[in-house]
Amino acid sequence: MASQEVYYIPDGSKWPIIATLSLFTSFIGGAVWLNGGDVGKIILFIGLAAVIYMFYGWFRDVITESIAGKYSKQVDVSFRMGMGWFILSEVMFFAAFFGALYYAREFSLPWLSGEGQGGHNGTHEFLWPAFQAAWPMNVIPDPSKYTQYTSVIPAFGVPALNTALLLSSGVTVTLAHWALQKNNRKQLCLWLVTTVLLGFIFVGFQAYEYIHAHQALDLTMNGGIYGSTFYMLTGFHGFHVTMGAIMLAVILYRSIKGHFSKKDHFAFEAVAWYWHFVDVVWLGLFIFVYWI
Amino acid sequence: MGTIAKDTHHDHEHKPTGLKRWFFSTNHKDIGTLYLIFALTMFFVGGAMAMVIRAELFQPGLQFVDPQFYNSMVTIHALVMIFGAVMPAGVGLANWMIPLMIGAPDMALPRMNNMSFWILPFAFALLLSTIFMQGGGPAGGWTMYPPLVLQTGDAFPFLIFAVHLLGISSIMGAINIIATVFNMRAPEMSLMQMPLFVWTWVITSFLLIASIPVLAGAVTMLLTDKYFATSFFSAAGGGDPVLFQHIFWFFGHPEVYILALPAFGIVSSIIPTFSRKPLFGYASMVYATASIAILSFFVWAHHMFTVGLPIKGELFFMYATMLIAVPTGVKVFNWMATMWKGSMTFETPMLFAVGFVILFTIGGFSGLMLGITPVDFQYHDTYFVVAHFHYVLLTGAVFALMAAVYYWLPKWTGHMYDERLGKIHFWLSTITANILFFPQHFLGLAGMPRRIPDYNIQFADFNMMSSIGGFAYGVTQLLFVYIVIKCALGGKKAKAVSWEGAKGLEWTVPSPAPFHTFETPPKIKKGMLENG
Repeated sequence: MASQEVYYIPDGSKWPIIATLSLFTSFIGGAVWLNGGDVGKIILFIGLAAVIYMFYGWFRDVITESIAGKYSKQVDVSFRMGMGWFILSEVMFFAAFFGALYYAREFSLPWLSGEGQGGHNGTHEFLWPAFQAAWPMNVIPDPSKYTQYTSVIPAFGVPALNTALLLSSGVTVTLAHWALQKNNRKQLCLWLVTTVLLGFIFVGFQAYEYIHAHQALDLTMNGGIYGSTFYMLTGFHGFHVTMGAIMLAVILYRSIKGHFSKKDHFAFEAVAWYWHFVDVVWLGLFIFVYWI
Repeated sequence: MGTIAKDTHHDHEHKPTGLKRWFFSTNHKDIGTLYLIFALTMFFVGGAMAMVIRAELFQPGLQFVDPQFYNSMVTIHALVMIFGAVMPAGVGLANWMIPLMIGAPDMALPRMNNMSFWILPFAFALLLSTIFMQGGGPAGGWTMYPPLVLQTGDAFPFLIFAVHLLGISSIMGAINIIATVFNMRAPEMSLMQMPLFVWTWVITSFLLIASIPVLAGAVTMLLTDKYFATSFFSAAGGGDPVLFQHIFWFFGHPEVYILALPAFGIVSSIIPTFSRKPLFGYASMVYATASIAILSFFVWAHHMFTVGLPIKGELFFMYATMLIAVPTGVKVFNWMATMWKGSMTFETPMLFAVGFVILFTIGGFSGLMLGITPVDFQYHDTYFVVAHFHYVLLTGAVFALMAAVYYWLPKWTGHMYDERLGKIHFWLSTITANILFFPQHFLGLAGMPRRIPDYNIQFADFNMMSSIGGFAYGVTQLLFVYIVIKCALGGKKAKAVSWEGAKGLEWTVPSPAPFHTFETPPKIKKGMLENG
């Protein structure tokens, strides 16, 4: 550990430009695919493979440097700030979708039912005079364009179970952290295994819920504003949980290999922060998407 | 500690060469240079599109391009200028100057810094390639309002993904700046001793982190509306096209200050130097900047007064908008008070800075006019709006960026630029920019709509005047390139303190600044900083 008397500056690295190129390739592939070109799929998968390779390589280099003792306390603080502000940016990304949900429920649906504008709402009067807002069982204003769903996922079924799973995983990851701070490696690994399992079980239930919604309830992204907000919010959240669970699995692997010390384990903490963030977003989802 | 000292030493001896130096760079000065060169290139790419627009508007009727292509020029000109020219120029300056100003050896996260830059050329490759695609480039305006933007052809996903990439770059850049300022600052420098340029960039970074992800969310919803049958912005499914405008402008208004705040910081550095007086009201400048930033999240709907908002909404957003005039006024008065009774000289950076204060204020006043709801009903979507935001962004942000380049060129290159040519550049720019944009106020007040390639014959004279100003302004900027290249190649040797009244840590290192600076934190002596 160095004091602030001498600064640490990392050597040049090939990973940032590889990261850029792999993101660029993925996006080109995605765009070509969306435009109906099948070759886009191949380009996208090459790009995503490169993204995975980049993450592996970049983090491998950082871990090697960290183990070699190159990083000072100051570098550690920079990493902490970086992760913290990255999570805030993620919060704001979800805020856009929550904003869409609140707007739809508070403004666009009531207006489509004729509220506002002094009782003379043109969209309601001239386009869909029969439309009346309801939530979550909304009739679609123009059923020729979107598919009417028959039912929605009730809050106190799988979602409540998932809430319990995710909240418990927040507890187990903290227990793992305490074990690490007490240098109890066995307990650390045990609680991490539990956390990773809880994470993947959550994802499994979510996948089951999606299949059920598609097959039994006709609830798809095509299901008007309810289907749109439901899948956008739970989809991006599920993606983040998957990422978080993979990150936790990496931390577990590193713990088994004997990485991290009592005091020096920022990677563990960063992933734990991320996991708690995913947890909090889920609470928002459970309350506003499933429950009320 | 031994290893670290050796490592730093090692770096010092071997400055990387060739392609590796630029592609693998972890050096804030090299990355800053890359940003600045990229921004200047994009300034000319976007400028060329502006020339197409002004050529088409030179006379009434359709002369050179078809309306679809005209609209794609309007759209891409805006995206290129905002995300390719002004923002990267600001980040480039931040890269070069923030570590020098706060006595840090580099940015806090140098590798991420490299990635932030290199994303930009690739993002613009995606965006600019759309011009050659089936259905042409995006032509629904840079604001990408649905349902119009959903009619874009093959260009559509490229537009969306380009915006995503630009967002990733901006967020990483912002995180880096915050970590640098709060973690790498010389231990002896307190927050309230930081140069205002550093303060404005910290606050801008907060704006970026809070607003750019919202834009990413908005364009993601556009993408799913078009390809995956969601109905966020479709009333037929229970959504609302106006919802997009709310989300977009929740990003869009802070974005305006992302472009403007670094300009405020630049001017606040330059005016004290050439007035040979400390900045008047330093603390009030910091608080005013923060107030503007916070207020910018509560004024977004003033861009949407005519879409049919409830009357309470119109009133709230009108009054909130008016409030921003208070901290902005604090800033303008502080700059004037700094100059008051100073022993002023007018080298090129100062000329651009004073030009900024005057011309930006014109843009600010027309902004106030637009912020008044009933008045905006008349002005909305007219050339008055175009005139307003070009005063704010061109004679505002771009003038400040030009001032910054002239101010710090000696530090970067080790040479003084050609002062006579610099002054010619300033006067030609100022005169031509006003010929270009001032008549547009009259056009807008008389009712000429924006984003239309043809116009009524009554608007012919002012449009011709505006176009002549536009071409002249464009040509004038070639002079700027010549001055910069000439300065990079040679010229009078610059002293470490390149300007007589200049204060701050960046002037304590030699000119040109060596590849590595402040490998150990500097000691701050009395009188070394602008304040304290």
